[in-house]
Amino acid sequence: MIESHLPAYIALTFVLFSVVIPAFGLWRSELSQPLAVLGSGIAAGFSVYGFINYLNEGSIRYFFGGWEPPVGIEFVYDGLSGFFVLVINVVAFFVMIHSHNLQKVEFPGKEMPYYSLAMLMMLGFNGMILTGDLFNLYVFLEIASLSGYALIAIGEKQAPYAAFRYLIIGTAGGTLYLLGVGFMYTITGTLNIIDMAAMLPMLFESNATFAALILMIVGVGVKAALFPMHGWLPDSYTYAASTSTALIAPIGTKVAAYILFRIILWMFGIEITDAIAPLSYIVGVLACIGILYGSIMAIAQTEMKRMLAYSSISQIGYIIMGLSLANPWGFAGALLHVLNHAIMKACLFMISGQLRLKEGHSDISRFDDSYRIKYPWTMASFSIAAISMIGLPPLAGFFSKWYLALGTIDNSNWLFLAVVLVSSLLNAVYFFRVLEKVYMMNPEKGQKEPAEATRNEASASMLWPTGILAVSLIVIGFANAIIVGILLNIFPM
Amino acid sequence: MLDFFLGHYAYWFTIILLCIGVYGILFKKNLIKKTIGLAILQISVVLYFVSIASKWDATVPVLDPNIPVDQVANYLNPLPHTLMLTAIVVGVATLGVAFTLLLAIYNRYETLDEEELIEKLQ
Repeated sequence: MIESHLPAYIALTFVLFSVVIPAFGLWRSELSQPLAVLGSGIAAGFSVYGFINYLNEGSIRYFFGGWEPPVGIEFVYDGLSGFFVLVINVVAFFVMIHSHNLQKVEFPGKEMPYYSLAMLMMLGFNGMILTGDLFNLYVFLEIASLSGYALIAIGEKQAPYAAFRYLIIGTAGGTLYLLGVGFMYTITGTLNIIDMAAMLPMLFESNATFAALILMIVGVGVKAALFPMHGWLPDSYTYAASTSTALIAPIGTKVAAYILFRIILWMFGIEITDAIAPLSYIVGVLACIGILYGSIMAIAQTEMKRMLAYSSISQIGYIIMGLSLANPWGFAGALLHVLNHAIMKACLFMISGQLRLKEGHSDISRFDDSYRIKYPWTMASFSIAAISMIGLPPLAGFFSKWYLALGTIDNSNWLFLAVVLVSSLLNAVYFFRVLEKVYMMNPEKGQKEPAEATRNEASASMLWPTGILAVSLIVIGFANAIIVGILLNIFPM
Repeated sequence: MLDFFLGHYAYWFTIILLCIGVYGILFKKNLIKKTIGLAILQISVVLYFVSIASKWDATVPVLDPNIPVDQVANYLNPLPHTLMLTAIVVGVATLGVAFTLLLAIYNRYETLDEEELIEKLQ
């Protein structure tokens, strides 16, 4: 019986825990973090079970209150939404475990509101993914964004201004999305995505649908940090608390990319998207500029969190480029990259949090070879995630880029292929720079002995999540054929 | 041509409001004024939704014994209004968060002017 209500359970778990945490947190604030772990753990369990159930039984449409669409609101648990829910909830579970020691340093005394907000934000993200209704999607988008602004503002001294800039541009983006929804509602008279997709072929080459599509892409593109709309991202990620960044960076932009997948490939379909102007190609070119821009800016940074933030702009470009190719290989590569990048970025941002906790900074120019003595496991996880990010086989990052490259060759799109290859080199520049500082001999010291240091490894609650995520990158790398087989079945055309 | 302008005058006002909102966000240096621009932008979209619901010679969407239910042209469309109730609540919540952040910024830097703020940040 659990299967038919599964989509609602996932979202309701987060609603429940966003209320339970303040209730218990007022009594004992140190209970907040274990409760957040429990909540995200239950949701992750539901997502794993749900995805296995999807593979066996097929997709679920859950009608709230028994009202069938287009009158009622529905949650759709199909391959795409099931996959994204699985990725974000599992990553959030590990980030929540990892935050155990960081909470006392980064936001002391604010644990209860912090974890309650984190649960609300996860509710917003899960709702955005699961809902089958365009306006409902807007409401969940704003729930996720508003709690996201608050989470980003809890951080360093500059954090509130970074959060305010994000709020202005993010809300303007959300409003433009809402205007696009309004256009679609006036044209079709429905807000349900499946219902609207059935009506849209009759509106081929309509200027109004074209305008609505552009408004939606721009609005959601702000959230996804698509190239010209990325300005809020570096400051927000740098100044927010490490846990917030580790939670928002792997999840937030992915969910926005999910909306683009849902709108362009499922709702409009690639023919209607490209009917008036080659919109998917334009989005792909913007993504390519974002890939190169993000990588080059990442090379110029010396602060690790800021470098990873710029790298996020570049990686989201891969996902959206795979979307714009609109062929099975590009699609599978993009979705595999969603999984890989969520794991790699969560792992890397968690490691930057560990270093900040231990060293008080995460400034790459001050890294030295003593780190490999002090933090052997942290640095081992970092190396695996960084090498996967560059895309060396057999780690997971190689395969998503491989399938993306296959997709570009399928479309004979040599420009995009060149961008994929060049950006891998750029990735290598900024990650090997860190690895070189930590693992290679320091030439100025002129000796082969590593610097004086004693082992000062981070606690188990931080090492296990980063370690498991790093190992899972190797596992995904070897299991890529199975995963891609599943992903190719999800492709709508 | 004149009909095009007069026939859609509600939409023209909405567009003007939208432009004022975008102007406020982009060009105003004071962060409070930026927030006001954001509010105007949101309200313009709310007004757009409200105006698409209107019909000539139609009444409020409450069942009138004199008008049968199947004559939909005689009732206003209630859906955009209900949607906009939610959107207005979202807008209020956004403003609340924005002002909270502005308070935090003012307490730390004692200014809300963007140029001064950027100077103090460096």
